[in-house]
Amino acid sequence: MNLKLHVWRQAAGSETGDFKEYAANDISPDASFLEMLDIVNEQLIEKGEDPIHFEHDCREGICGSCGMMINGVAHGSRGGGMATCQLHMRHFQEGDEIRVEPWRARAFPVIKDLIVDRSPLDKIIQAGGFISANTGSAPEANSLLIPKVVQERSMDAAECIECGACVAQCPNGAGQLFTAAKISHLGLLPQGQPERYQRVLRMVEVMEEYFGSCTMFRECEAVCPKEISVDFIARMNRDYIVARFKNR
Amino acid sequence: MSELDAKIPPGPLADKWSYSKSHYKLVNPTNKRKFDVIVVGAGLAGASAAASFGELGYNVKCFVFHDSPRRAHSIAAQGGINAAKNYQNDGDSIYRLFYDTVKGGDYRSRESNVYRLAELSVNIIDQAVAQGVPLAREYGGLLENRSFGGVQVSRTFYARGQTGQQLLLGAFQALERQIALGTVKMYPRYEMLDLVLVDGQAKGIITRNLVTGAIESHSGDAVVLGTGGYANVFYLSTNAKASNTTAIWRAYRRGAYFANPCYTQIHPTCIPQTGEYQSKLTLMSESLRNDGRIWVPKQKGDKRSPQEIPEKERDYYLERKYPSFGNLAPRDIASRAAKEVCDEGRGVGPSGRGVYLDFADSIARLGRKTIEERYGNLFEMYHDITAEDPYSVPMRIYPAPHYTMGGLWVDYNLMGTIPGLYVIGEANFSDHGANRLGASALMQGLADGYFVIAATIADYLSGQMNKKVSPDRTEFKQAKADVDGRVKRLLDAKGTRSVDSFHRELGGIMWEYCGMARSAEGLKKARVEIRALRDRYWREVRVLGSGEEPNQSLEKAGRVADLFELAELMCIDALHREESCGGHFRVEYQTADGEALRNDDKFLYVAAWEFTGDGKEPRLHKEPLTYEEVKLATRSYK
Repeated sequence: MNLKLHVWRQAAGSETGDFKEYAANDISPDASFLEMLDIVNEQLIEKGEDPIHFEHDCREGICGSCGMMINGVAHGSRGGGMATCQLHMRHFQEGDEIRVEPWRARAFPVIKDLIVDRSPLDKIIQAGGFISANTGSAPEANSLLIPKVVQERSMDAAECIECGACVAQCPNGAGQLFTAAKISHLGLLPQGQPERYQRVLRMVEVMEEYFGSCTMFRECEAVCPKEISVDFIARMNRDYIVARFKNR
Repeated sequence: MSELDAKIPPGPLADKWSYSKSHYKLVNPTNKRKFDVIVVGAGLAGASAAASFGELGYNVKCFVFHDSPRRAHSIAAQGGINAAKNYQNDGDSIYRLFYDTVKGGDYRSRESNVYRLAELSVNIIDQAVAQGVPLAREYGGLLENRSFGGVQVSRTFYARGQTGQQLLLGAFQALERQIALGTVKMYPRYEMLDLVLVDGQAKGIITRNLVTGAIESHSGDAVVLGTGGYANVFYLSTNAKASNTTAIWRAYRRGAYFANPCYTQIHPTCIPQTGEYQSKLTLMSESLRNDGRIWVPKQKGDKRSPQEIPEKERDYYLERKYPSFGNLAPRDIASRAAKEVCDEGRGVGPSGRGVYLDFADSIARLGRKTIEERYGNLFEMYHDITAEDPYSVPMRIYPAPHYTMGGLWVDYNLMGTIPGLYVIGEANFSDHGANRLGASALMQGLADGYFVIAATIADYLSGQMNKKVSPDRTEFKQAKADVDGRVKRLLDAKGTRSVDSFHRELGGIMWEYCGMARSAEGLKKARVEIRALRDRYWREVRVLGSGEEPNQSLEKAGRVADLFELAELMCIDALHREESCGGHFRVEYQTADGEALRNDDKFLYVAAWEFTGDGKEPRLHKEPLTYEEVKLATRSYK
């Protein structure tokens, strides 16, 4: 396949950026999107031009490192279900023009080209995205019965890979889906009950410090590689209201 | 050559760990915060260690090259984690898990370490559940198990096909909690480029800030490396792209011995390679072998589609050769068997390097829904990559480099040959011998991080009171100058070829000569080729940009330079080990029916290599392996 790319190039956060045009020729439809960028980068290096910087690691959709806006869609697949590394070139047509940009969100400043700083997401986890259980003090695992449906529901939320696509796609740059997923993963489980209401208050507070508000566009759900449902946002809101009353 | 002392505690095998715990020196709770512990890497081993140190009250500095500690490659582990809980009432026990692991490792691991691992396996599950890891449950609410390769009991705990992710998130969350509490200071986007020794003890590291490019010195009272394995020496592997050997290789060059570098694991169930452009290979969890049947056509060069090949013309070769373990034969055996049938010209797929993994029987027996529940995400992943639907067409799989059993040598306390340097998880060599069984890597990473090192480090630190060093000392300045020089040399090469092109070529050499089948002739040839390519690398590599900015080519260039050196050591080790065992298969040493032929008289030892200088032969040290509990036998899965 032969394609034309428009890629956002920005040498550093402090500098201004611009779109640059590159040709991607003779690309196999079986190559992944990142492998296509690898090929373009090899050609750039040959020409003595700085290769396009982008984050990636596992290349199988689980580490959450990669992420870019592809034709305005986070990870490039409307309908979600995949990270950028899982997008294959067979999803494109011969001669397509592809616009490639970094995550677009105020909370995620650009570091270089397509690499952004997503550290506010970890800050939300630090605020309470855990169960306080020191090593060594755990009871026998089967002493706690967890209905299969509850464990499965918790797992649906726990699958989040912290890629940041939800924030990047949201017109408000909101961090609700990410935050709600962690709150629900832990809050659904019996182990998560003791800290449940403290957790939601603390995590929401930090979330609001960095991210925009949710107005239920549901764009996040549409691009989430793990297809995490916005139902969890409703669940977080319920817990938040209960927590506010409890703590009055 | 000298014999290494593994510091194995006295007493019966089953009592060694409790004996040790009762006899280690301790650090007073109010003194713990006076100790700075440097942890490099935050995968299962590093994150669980850093979190546990933080909980104990140590002052921890944790370095990762990712933007967040949650991205380490442990996250990609799919199938599960073993534990000797015997929840299934199928005769499992700590002893049996220990025995299976020693046997699976082809009698090349240290008994005492493996027994401790089996003992701690049960605590890991308890800890994970307490943290909120959503492990699979039965309808009654109790934990569920599945079976895995190389064993005859069901002891594997799992969270869909994302067990590594969920266990890592458990450790990550515990770590984030400590960061918030201020006991751990996180250094994301930092890469360790050297180890610093003061008076022979590990006292710090040199790092590069991957955003600003600044080379910095960090001092501490102990250094813990949990930096993973080196399967990326093959270029195409199931490892994440950035996984590398630099941290342990730099430690090796500073005096830490490197043990059994030739023990590498080639995983049998990966998606076959499709093209030159390919950047990595994707693993399909071994758990698929529970319900999938592996076969190839009986006829050479049979080009019919799998559905057109009638049952009697299929060769279910694992079931045929290993009737009692069948499709669940250990990884090394299953991989070699796949290579064998492909070498015979019976491989499938466009390249002829592939075998079928067929779910038709299981779907007919259990229904599509059950298969979907068990493997849904894996089937989807396969479909995304190959555009084929494994519910209707059998998967095609082929072996790929996946894990490295070799690593820095450590004693029973997980300390390397440099005092104050600890090595945990895949980065050390300790528990898996010559072959690792499935669902055991997660177990080892977490046992090392949560439980072992949390206890052993106090024994060392208790002797380090008031022995703090400043990062302004000459040792740090010298190490920093070395790193600066190396970075400059890479940038100044100003050649014509990209780092990746060299890496791919190195991988080709290693796969050909130091992969699934090795020979003396091939290994000697590989050494010559590696050296020649390495010389060209330093002359012809092209690294654009500067060292004072984010520079991914420069990051890769340093890692690949170290892989070149490691590759040669792997060949030296493979050449010296004149026997076949586990993942190390020398064609000269095999039984009449093609199985690995060990030589216990000559090679019942751990080979630990000492760096003696660039261009010089490394020096071999041996740790003899003594088996008190398990009787040495020829491994049989028939």
